[in-house]
Amino acid sequence: MIGTARYWREIPQRYRYEAARCTACAHVAFPPRTLCAKCRGRAFEPCTLAGEGVVETFTVIRVAPAGYADEAPYAVGLIRLTDGVRLMAQVVDCDLARLAIGDRVRVEFRRIRQDGESGILCYGYKFVPAT
Amino acid sequence: MDVGIAGYGAYVPRHRIKVEEIAKVWGADAPAYKKGLMLREKSVPTPDQDTITLSVEAARHAVRRAGVEPRRIGAIYIGSESHPYAVKPSGTVVAEALGMTPEVHCADFEFACKAGSEGMFVALSLARAEEMDYALAIGADTSQGAPGDALEYSASAGAAAFIMGRDRLVAVCEATYSFMTDTPDFWRREHQFYPRHAGRFTGEPAYFRHTAACARGLMEKSGTRPDDFRWAVFHQPNGKFPMRVAQELGFPRAKVEEGWLCPTLGNTYSGASPLGLTAVLDVAAPGDRILMVSYGSGSGSDGFIWRVTPRIEEVRDLAPRTRAQLEDHPVYIDYGTYAKFRGKIRKPCE
Ligand SMILES: [Zn+2]
Repeated sequence: MIGTARYWREIPQRYRYEAARCTACAHVAFPPRTLCAKCRGRAFEPCTLAGEGVVETFTVIRVAPAGYADEAPYAVGLIRLTDGVRLMAQVVDCDLARLAIGDRVRVEFRRIRQDGESGILCYGYKFVPAT
Repeated sequence: MDVGIAGYGAYVPRHRIKVEEIAKVWGADAPAYKKGLMLREKSVPTPDQDTITLSVEAARHAVRRAGVEPRRIGAIYIGSESHPYAVKPSGTVVAEALGMTPEVHCADFEFACKAGSEGMFVALSLARAEEMDYALAIGADTSQGAPGDALEYSASAGAAAFIMGRDRLVAVCEATYSFMTDTPDFWRREHQFYPRHAGRFTGEPAYFRHTAACARGLMEKSGTRPDDFRWAVFHQPNGKFPMRVAQELGFPRAKVEEGWLCPTLGNTYSGASPLGLTAVLDVAAPGDRILMVSYGSGSGSDGFIWRVTPRIEEVRDLAPRTRAQLEDHPVYIDYGTYAKFRGKIRKPCE
């Protein structure tokens, strides 16, 4: 369970997919960093992640962690976006028996978690089939 | 000075349930329901979809078509009867997701199924008053009917979003008119999960009286007749009501069918007539006039006359069309999955 403060701090990434592009080598850091993982550069410009990509690999979660039990079974994929960034996210609205590596997906805004019956609702990105 | 719609967008969830699937659980007569409601299936939101998520997707489509920097949109009004929070506006999350914050006026609207058109009226009026360059209005719902109730066959999910402004217009607003009385045909008290309705009372004195009076008042105010319109969109709580009111008013079926989504979408409540309008904008030609009348129980109707501009042809394919979302790749679910998705199964407290 993540805290409300951390969730709030991560809103630019969770809601708007805000990233940072290294001005020296064009590597895109998501979430933004102060030091480029590729060239050790320190100058970045803001950018937004591409909304589309492909499933590079995935797993189907059948025994879900606390708070996600009702969603099982569900797929978690490593998505390679068209801008080269890789990120981990749920792949939803798909037939789990037919989900395959290389499937094209696009981002959608979804509810990620709810903090019990009375806590805050957490939103963010998931991926859905592109067609 | 012209004022109107600079960008529009729709979002329809992918999942569907057929009338037969619901009827068989309750031992109801599916053919009779399908004929009576003129409805075959309806959209169903997944557990991770709600009024906020549907609104974000619809509004992103509207922003793409408007081609407007989100920070220039000065207001966000979301009309819904299924706001996820009792206290905390849906608009806070949606505006943040779109990148409209922090210089933005925000309020959530409620008025049963006409909350979306209320937002459209206010957004339009603010743009007309030059309070701001653009204002965003959204009608969205993920409504629920009590298990076995007639509403369970129709209550569905969807959202439509409109960016109102004075330039970049795809449709100019030529007139507006509202008609409202205290008519208790449908309501939900605080802390109640499902709404209640007054059965047959929801028809004649409620839907038909208000919708028809609003349409007639709008045409009288603007000096128009049904012949002046290429398209008409009415609130669609089922498939039958909008077709009947259209006939009463003298609009032939051909003018209504394009925005008549209910037979395969269901009743998206605050999203219903706004989504119908998006489907019409998807196909309308420059110069076409559209009459749109919403209806919200309680009861009232908002009416608008829109005149489509040439810019429509440049923008309609910048985002998914409404009927494409409705017709392409639906995923059909059974009643058990539906009951789980909609939280109708009682589980032990955690
Ligand atoms: Zn670098």
